[in-house]
Amino acid sequence: MKIRTITTALAAAVLASVAPADEDADLVVEGETLITRAPAPAHVENLTEVLSGWLFRSDETQALQTDDFDNPGMIFVDQALDTWDEVDGAAGKACASCHEDPSSLAGVRTTMPKVNEDGELWAMEDYVNDCRTTRMEAEPWKWESQDMLNMTALVSLQSRGMPMNVAIDGPAQSYWEQGKEMYYTRYGQLDMACANCHEDNYGNMIRADHLSQGQINGFPVYRLKWAGLGSIHRRFKGCMENIRAEPFKRGSDEFTALELYLASRGEGLSVEGPSVRN
Amino acid sequence: MVRISGAVLIALLAAGPAGAEVVAPQQVIFDDGAVPSSLTGVPGNAEVGRTIAVDRKLGNCLACHENTDLAAEPFHGEVAPPLDGVADRWSEAELRGILINSKMMFEGTIMPAFYRDTGYSRILPDFEGMTILDAQQVEDVLAYLLTLTE
Ligand code: HEC
Ligand code: HEC
Repeated sequence: MKIRTITTALAAAVLASVAPADEDADLVVEGETLITRAPAPAHVENLTEVLSGWLFRSDETQALQTDDFDNPGMIFVDQALDTWDEVDGAAGKACASCHEDPSSLAGVRTTMPKVNEDGELWAMEDYVNDCRTTRMEAEPWKWESQDMLNMTALVSLQSRGMPMNVAIDGPAQSYWEQGKEMYYTRYGQLDMACANCHEDNYGNMIRADHLSQGQINGFPVYRLKWAGLGSIHRRFKGCMENIRAEPFKRGSDEFTALELYLASRGEGLSVEGPSVRN
Repeated sequence: MVRISGAVLIALLAAGPAGAEVVAPQQVIFDDGAVPSSLTGVPGNAEVGRTIAVDRKLGNCLACHENTDLAAEPFHGEVAPPLDGVADRWSEAELRGILINSKMMFEGTIMPAFYRDTGYSRILPDFEGMTILDAQQVEDVLAYLLTLTE
């Protein structure tokens, strides 16, 4: 405790020159206040409060997300709106043929990933591709393709402001346990677990990065560093590579289980997708 | 087996004269988290160690530790105690142990082990069987840490 106090005081002095994030700011998007902090759900044992990654970003990055004209992710939502109405595949259908308006998918994002009828855990990308292949008889989209990112951004936007609320019991429970186990497993040559950075050290600087809780309510995110949208699994891959660990494949069962666990750690936080991060 | 002895041989040659033996990562003997004897027998170079400590691909100590001696470098982490005055708090043997594998001193720490080549899960193939720092680099960083008195 004593050491930690000294560390923080010294570090604060050192960091005085770096633009601090406003961790007390409110995220108001187009007049609607989103929930960026919520009491931790009972199944998240080591946190008292869950916090959106938005709170940890610089004032400039924060501001980009408060106005849909400034949010660079919105261009891709517009692109997805075009795709929404486009017929593709042998069945001669578009998304709109079955779902009519995208707003019919409000709430979907809050429950993803979710166990399907066959008992398999699917992420939103899997559901989108299931529509494409079985209902439209079209080619599936690649996980990180522009089409897929655009569409998951459009679908996420329909749930903006609604609290994350994934099922973790019943058929989802074993997947959730698997994801939780991964969250606390040390990987790679740097031998760190997600929890080392995002549970034990959120709020602290790790070199130039201000550590957040690693929540996924903002995905897909527009990352300034990527100059584009990226999926949840792309972020997982990046974090694993940073600790010199061999990442799981995007769309793998492992990353989907980890995604479920993380989604459950963000229970109560508003869906923000597409959010803006640095 | 053959590869390991090859590596040791190269290390031996690199270490140069006096036939000093490089202690392999799995041969390191800890005493309460401390490692009393040098890994190479060649005294560390504090100036070189200072550079290694800053280098993001090598020590990257500033990722987690604040350090006034390196105030000219941007971005010091807040994850760990400051390195200021570590030489007053820890002996040479303790500091060597902390560098080689801090988990022997601080159970469950986030700090990586800088001289351990086994026991990792899903290590990237490029780093398989390798340590973050080599034996002489550990001695160099150690020499640097020993200059951090208050
Ligand atoms: C060495 C530290 C470290 C480790 C270990 C780590 N991360 Fe991260 N992670 C970061 C940093 C730095 C960022 C960018 C700043 C932030 O949001 O924390 C980040 C960001 C994220 C984000 C984006 C949050 C947002 O709001 O945009 C997610 C999600 C995430 N990490 C998940 C994980 C998962 C899952 C693991 C384990 C497989 C993991 N991280 C391991 C350092 C780490
Ligand atoms: C990812 C984080 C991280 C990195 C990188 C890291 N350390 Fe540490 N280090 C820690 C933490 C945390 C502690 C405190 C022990 C604990 O509570 O786990 C520590 C403790 C120490 C101590 C004891 C300090 C004291 O006063 O008790 C020394 C010395 C030290 N580290 C040196 C280094 C050096 C030198 C490097 C780079 C070659 C380095 N560390 C890299 C996290 C890190």
